[in-house]
Amino acid sequence: MESMTVLADAAENLHPARMQMALSLGWHIIFSCFGIALPLITVFTEWRGHKRANPALSGLAHTWAKAMGVLFAAGAVSGTLLSFEMGILWPGLMDRFGEIYGFPFVLEGYAFFIEAIFVGIYLFGWNRMSPRAHMLSAVPMIISGMAGAFFVVAANAWMNNPTGFRLDAEGNVVDARPWAAMFGPSTWPQTVHMMLAAYMVTGYAVASVYAIGMLRGRRDHHHRFGLLIPLTLAAVMTPIQIGVGDWIANTVAENQPAKLAAMEGLYRTESGVALSLGGLYYDNDLHYALQVPDGLSLLIHHDPSGVVEGLEDFPADERPPVNVVHLAYNVMVGLGSALMLLALVLAWVWWRRRRIPASPWFLRAVAVSGVAAIAALECGWITTEVGRQPWIVYGILRTADAVSPAPGLFLGFYGVAAVYLVLTVLTVIVLRRLARSHDTPAPQEVDATPPDRHSEEVAVR
Amino acid sequence: MTLAEVVLGIMFVGLLAYGLFGGADFGAGIWDLLAGGTRRGARQRELIEHSLGPVWEANHVWLIFVLVVLWTGFSGAFASVVSTMYIPLTLAAFGMIARGAAFAFRKSITTLPMRRFLGAAFALSSLITPYFLGAVVGGVASGRVPLGIAAGDVVTSWINPTSVLGGVMAVLVCAYLAAVFLCADARREGADDLADAFRIRALVAAGVTGVAGLAGLLVLRSDAPLLWEGLTGRALGVIALSVAAGVAAVVFLIRQRYGSARIASALAVAAILVGWAVAQYPYILLPEVTIEEAAVGRTTLVAMLVALLAGAAILVPALIYLFRLFQRTQPDRMPSDTAVDSEAVY
Repeated sequence: MESMTVLADAAENLHPARMQMALSLGWHIIFSCFGIALPLITVFTEWRGHKRANPALSGLAHTWAKAMGVLFAAGAVSGTLLSFEMGILWPGLMDRFGEIYGFPFVLEGYAFFIEAIFVGIYLFGWNRMSPRAHMLSAVPMIISGMAGAFFVVAANAWMNNPTGFRLDAEGNVVDARPWAAMFGPSTWPQTVHMMLAAYMVTGYAVASVYAIGMLRGRRDHHHRFGLLIPLTLAAVMTPIQIGVGDWIANTVAENQPAKLAAMEGLYRTESGVALSLGGLYYDNDLHYALQVPDGLSLLIHHDPSGVVEGLEDFPADERPPVNVVHLAYNVMVGLGSALMLLALVLAWVWWRRRRIPASPWFLRAVAVSGVAAIAALECGWITTEVGRQPWIVYGILRTADAVSPAPGLFLGFYGVAAVYLVLTVLTVIVLRRLARSHDTPAPQEVDATPPDRHSEEVAVR
Repeated sequence: MTLAEVVLGIMFVGLLAYGLFGGADFGAGIWDLLAGGTRRGARQRELIEHSLGPVWEANHVWLIFVLVVLWTGFSGAFASVVSTMYIPLTLAAFGMIARGAAFAFRKSITTLPMRRFLGAAFALSSLITPYFLGAVVGGVASGRVPLGIAAGDVVTSWINPTSVLGGVMAVLVCAYLAAVFLCADARREGADDLADAFRIRALVAAGVTGVAGLAGLLVLRSDAPLLWEGLTGRALGVIALSVAAGVAAVVFLIRQRYGSARIASALAVAAILVGWAVAQYPYILLPEVTIEEAAVGRTTLVAMLVALLAGAAILVPALIYLFRLFQRTQPDRMPSDTAVDSEAVY
């Protein structure tokens, strides 16, 4: 009787808990990207500003440093919620695998702590430290941002390919080797993919702000540099990312064939498999898709007659939801290709003419590239997370068995949704204000503004 | 000392740091709430904002540190506590989000209604977050969290006499610490009148906290007999130290020796937390799960110890540098009364 109600609660909690986690992580992942990449872009611009004694560059760097402060604060609070949710929503995962899965988070805790400290130093030290000391203070921030991303994604890679432990007859973890567990087969492709994604999201998103300004007729140094520096970084990362995409697809094919089959909407195991774009999956088949003959076999095996495993090889209750995964994957690849085209146009014009492409269509494309990069990021993340279902630890622990059976847990989802709605609106308001008037202080700053700040602010309005 | 105890001990250092730094941070928010109307409270709020500034994020990362060490080193106990206590923990997390966001964004927003909204969110969440965290501690300390996922009662585990005591004490201690800390900050910024105002608050808060603490012992005797036994037995020395440090802090406050008062008050608060740990030892979940039983495998504990020590070797100097940079460099003195006038333009 007792256990019946517990199971009923767990079943009731599963979907809302997944939605709550998706919402919290989907929100946090955007802000972590800026935490990883914005420090590098900012300090590079600061360095160029000092080197060329160019006030436009220095001003740009200061604006970005402040935006970094706001985005970092938003990322920090959303990250705190996540560390609670890990236990609140998925105690079955933490209870059984905490000693392996939790370990990278200990390291991440340090990385984040150090980043928080140096974000504080960097913002507080603006105009208070020598340029050299100030730029040096950004180095730990850049390194710890990347390290933090590595540890978190390594934990996620472990969920995809659990290694570094044995299970005894009762299914208990024995012989846990937490260091080894951090370096499973998915770790490097996934972490590199994520870090490049962070630089792309940040680069395109920052550039898109200045593209909008230029479309409104502002063509000063401030806007040109503001567009060019982040866009160049993002454009350089884009082709590398496409190569890494191939690497990660092969890793998935090898280690998580069910996920790959869902990504491609493939039911039958065959040789010479076509690459399917779009379409709807029902009745064990993908309908209305655009087919590229032998495409998938070529991509996975670099051989047109290679055999690719389909979903028919897996029991029905071990298949991920196909439509979500397939479409999310297609959208990610599609957006990535569109960004690649943008990068090529920039590279071509810069190579031939040494200037930003003049066409308003180029600026319009850059203006939407930020949103496109964020959408690609979310789609990629949906692909890997939903594609792992129904497992939370691939092949070992089902998500349904990890969710907390606590009564009433599902109500938390509505609370989180409301909180994030308010948080999103506030972040957008503050960033817009920051874009409009450059004297807006960042949260970590202590009145770095001149004493006549109040009169200035009145003048701005 | 066993390996598990060493790892848990390091976690506890993080918890102490969170209690002191994070606690003072929450307390500053509570005084922000009580600072009065927009005009009258403006200078106090400005001092509070000055004092938190670049360190507030660092102050709160301690909690994440505590959580990750617990879930990795003591996974089963962690899962038990968090799944049983999910309601107060979710509410505390919401409080942290509201607080962090409001504090971060308040500075960048200049319209008065928005500022008031964010200010209220900051101050109110400063009150509720420590309350819920204290209630969780009360529930664990009174043995209301059994081992097992959501095995405890999700309501009475945090709505009970010891949890109420824990929550109220957490709020009082935060307010007390903040008032003492702000005295020294106000003096350093040359605002002696504010230092006096916070000195009175610190003294009142010290009195109220002391009385509540003593009255609370009676609550523990009936509601949490095991904890009571430990506090009045093995932990008696630590509790005596807390009382002595608390009295010393009052003396220092009366004599306006704010630096010494800061140390004494921190010691008094730290001793309360240490007293709780000593009283509960060797159990991690009263009344039956010991630290040894809850600990994970040896390789993970060793890996954690290596990571924790190596991490601390990088972290601690960086943290000291941040605090020193911040405490040393105060080029802008507190704006005097003219700031209040310009505040009116918002």
